[in-house]
Amino acid sequence: MTVTATPTTDSQPGYKWVGTRPVRHDGLDKVTGRARYGADLNLPGMLIGAVLRSPHAHARILSIDTSAAQAMEGVKAVVTGADFPMLESGGEGSGEEYYDPRDLCRNVMARDKVLYEGHALAAVAATSRREALAALAAIEVDYDVLPHVLDVSEAMAPDAPILHDDLITEGVDPIPDEPSNVASRYVIDRGDIEKGFAEADVIVEREFVTQPVHQGYIEPHAVVADVGEDGKATVFCSSQGHFMVRSHTAELLGWEPSRVKVIPAEIGGGFGGKTTVYVEPVAARLSQKAGRPVKIVMTRDEVFRATGPTSGSKIRLKVGATRDGRLTAVEGSMAYQAGAFKGSPVSLGCMCAFAPYAIENVLLEGLDVVVNMPKVAAYRAPGAPMASFASETLLDEVAEQLGIDPLELRLRNAAEEGVRSVYGPVYKRIGFKETVEAVRDHPQYSTELGPNQGRGVASGFWFNFGGSSSATVHINEDGSASVLTGSPDIGGSRASMALMAAEELGIDVYDITPIVSDTESVGYTEVTGGSRVTHATGMAVIDACRKVVTDLRARAAKVWDVDVEEVEWVDGRAQHVSGDRAPMTTRDLAAGAAGTGGPITASAAVNARGAGVAFSTQVCDVEVDPETGAVTILRYMTAQDAGRAIHPSYVEGQMQGGVAQGIGWALNEEYIFDTGGTMENPGFLDYRMPVASDLPMIDTVIVEVPNPGHPYGVRGVGEVGIVPPMAAVANAIHDATGLRMSELPMSPVKVLEAIGANGG
Amino acid sequence: MSRTHVTCTINGDPAEFLCEEDQTLLDTLRDVVGLMGVKEGCATGDCGACSVILNGRLNCSCLVFAPEAEGATIETVEGMAGPDGLHPLQETFLEGAALQCGICTPGFLVAGKALLDRNPDPTEEEVRYAVAGNLCRCTGYDKIVRSILDAADRMGEAAPAS
Ligand code: FES
Ligand code: FES
Repeated sequence: MTVTATPTTDSQPGYKWVGTRPVRHDGLDKVTGRARYGADLNLPGMLIGAVLRSPHAHARILSIDTSAAQAMEGVKAVVTGADFPMLESGGEGSGEEYYDPRDLCRNVMARDKVLYEGHALAAVAATSRREALAALAAIEVDYDVLPHVLDVSEAMAPDAPILHDDLITEGVDPIPDEPSNVASRYVIDRGDIEKGFAEADVIVEREFVTQPVHQGYIEPHAVVADVGEDGKATVFCSSQGHFMVRSHTAELLGWEPSRVKVIPAEIGGGFGGKTTVYVEPVAARLSQKAGRPVKIVMTRDEVFRATGPTSGSKIRLKVGATRDGRLTAVEGSMAYQAGAFKGSPVSLGCMCAFAPYAIENVLLEGLDVVVNMPKVAAYRAPGAPMASFASETLLDEVAEQLGIDPLELRLRNAAEEGVRSVYGPVYKRIGFKETVEAVRDHPQYSTELGPNQGRGVASGFWFNFGGSSSATVHINEDGSASVLTGSPDIGGSRASMALMAAEELGIDVYDITPIVSDTESVGYTEVTGGSRVTHATGMAVIDACRKVVTDLRARAAKVWDVDVEEVEWVDGRAQHVSGDRAPMTTRDLAAGAAGTGGPITASAAVNARGAGVAFSTQVCDVEVDPETGAVTILRYMTAQDAGRAIHPSYVEGQMQGGVAQGIGWALNEEYIFDTGGTMENPGFLDYRMPVASDLPMIDTVIVEVPNPGHPYGVRGVGEVGIVPPMAAVANAIHDATGLRMSELPMSPVKVLEAIGANGG
Repeated sequence: MSRTHVTCTINGDPAEFLCEEDQTLLDTLRDVVGLMGVKEGCATGDCGACSVILNGRLNCSCLVFAPEAEGATIETVEGMAGPDGLHPLQETFLEGAALQCGICTPGFLVAGKALLDRNPDPTEEEVRYAVAGNLCRCTGYDKIVRSILDAADRMGEAAPAS
């Protein structure tokens, strides 16, 4: 069966393939049910693993007795924390790959304490799921239940239950001598804050509260691990980075990474939540003990109770502006829930909140606070959405008080090339203004509104990351090319890699086979996260293709017996400058490869810098039902700077997906805990994510202000789209009702309460 | 535990399998029959990843016990493409970039087929409600809804005018 499609719909000037919309190479497998995701592998003799999870939010483990479970029929292995090495602090890295081995090993399998309801503390492998679950029920655990804490303010109070006796706040002077739940304090301090507020004609200040929300990928975490007689492990799983799975799994087992091979399954969504490990090392240890392959697939309930989410937050911000709308100062404090172990994205929140604007005087404090809920994981633009909910709501308030159009206010303060960002670096060429103008010029911005309807705008910023990536390109005997990378394809990146390779090699995009290779077949590559793949892995692909082209030219030169400088590579062919020799295609050169030096192949590796920052501006139209408090999204439009859209359909898809997640965060999604610290809504029925009937079409405008740090101008596009929606929705609700919403989610109950409080 | 023998029709072919009494149709289709295109996102009927057409009606296979399939006709994503090529929904999903990660795609294709089987010319709103039992976390539904509408158009053009 062949799939055909007209590739070129809106090719960029100067490019043949970049900017076109071919059918993705892995598409056929994914519409026919052939694609293999994490849970789709069954091996002969395979056992089913299951994990025992804490029913308490905070408790000391006095004893675990697994003897009865061990003796049960069909049970082949049982593990507890004692089966894994105790690791000490010393993690490094930054952004979405930050981790501390001390915490990671305790999160994967609790040691002396359980720190949240759902915390893993034992696991079994048995011949069926039924037997595995029966064995879990037979494990006896003696707990000393401790008081727990979930709210950041309560966790910072002097009498709060302490999660870690050895957690001393970092970033404060003097260094405290007592442990607390505040893992660190981060500060941005620029300019003269008092002078800034003295210059202001209006000052607005407000407090905001947001709840933890989950990434909500539809595919639960799943793994099959098979440890052979030679002690080596083969791990098949879906993740945002199989090299990450390899290094973490090996480290948590006390092994060298080379003892673990990770085969990437297709991944059914991640959004940052699959940038760490949970069940992978557990399955590997069970398999090692049982001598058989072990499969663990989380239930949805486990996904909610033990993975993700991102932080809930308490934020206070104050903004000053002059009468003509110039922002003079911002000041405030943000406290984010880290979950059971340090590492909330609060510093990123501080950096991102006002990053679209040129502001001289800034004083922002971020507090990373541990509480008794699952350790937070990265979630699309980690830390930025809640901070921008606060900052962009206040800007709307400033615009209102000054009687300035909210987009105009943003334009007057917009950061541009040469401006020093709030978080430090000086911007290179950026496209923030262009996103604001795109919204202003879009028909939605001037569509008339009816009764109980309102319109809100908001902007957002995300850094985008670069980092390490590898790629290998082979020219096959028929002149086609295989492009191998180590980046899991979470939303169309194979197509982007193929488009860039087609552009460089000059051959048809369907003559490129993009492959996501396992950890033994391609060089080290960091996770698919931080909006880095098209940028960094793309650069590795481009570099490898350029090496191949150099080689192809040299081979043609050899055949023609001319100097290589006389050979050009044009449209997938070697041409002699004189034009008096028949050009040679990749097929011709591949056919003669044996005589010119053997197979044609090249690899490249990069540690990419120069990731271009991304901005998004969005407009949302809502209708608020004054009787029920329900908010309906009538129209939505998002403009985002993509630098250069390699495959515009998947750029639009990222923009739309980010908006939809943001709308869910704005209106419905939240972790709800009972008084014992148990999550009350660990399922899709009660943790309500948007469905098709909740949303309108989401209009997109791709702005293209090329990133000077990438050969084609690419900027990451995956994350920034989730940053503006909460404030855009809140500002629209304000426009419709006159109410300022400062708590998420803005569920019907909360909106109704606010209407009531307002005497409506 | 003794197993139940089930005889049914899967994707047009006669099929039989052994299952446990309390095993779901989802688990049986995946782990016994080997149709891994039927996905599990929740096992509680809330995500639609496990959608199948059972006796002509859209169902969450995680909510059906396998023995209930005795004598039934079951359609899954694996049966949508035929010798003549892809189903129009599969084509429009590919061309319209209606999938990102693709885990929800089999469920949406099956739900979309169930809709078009009974309503060949749905409005946007009818499409949105018809797939409201299917969660997609990647796309924001825009391209999925458009692709289903496009498939309806394509099938309408291909069908002889009545
Ligand atoms: S797995 Fe059946 S509805 Fe989610
Ligand atoms: S494409 Fe990922 S859940 Fe729909």
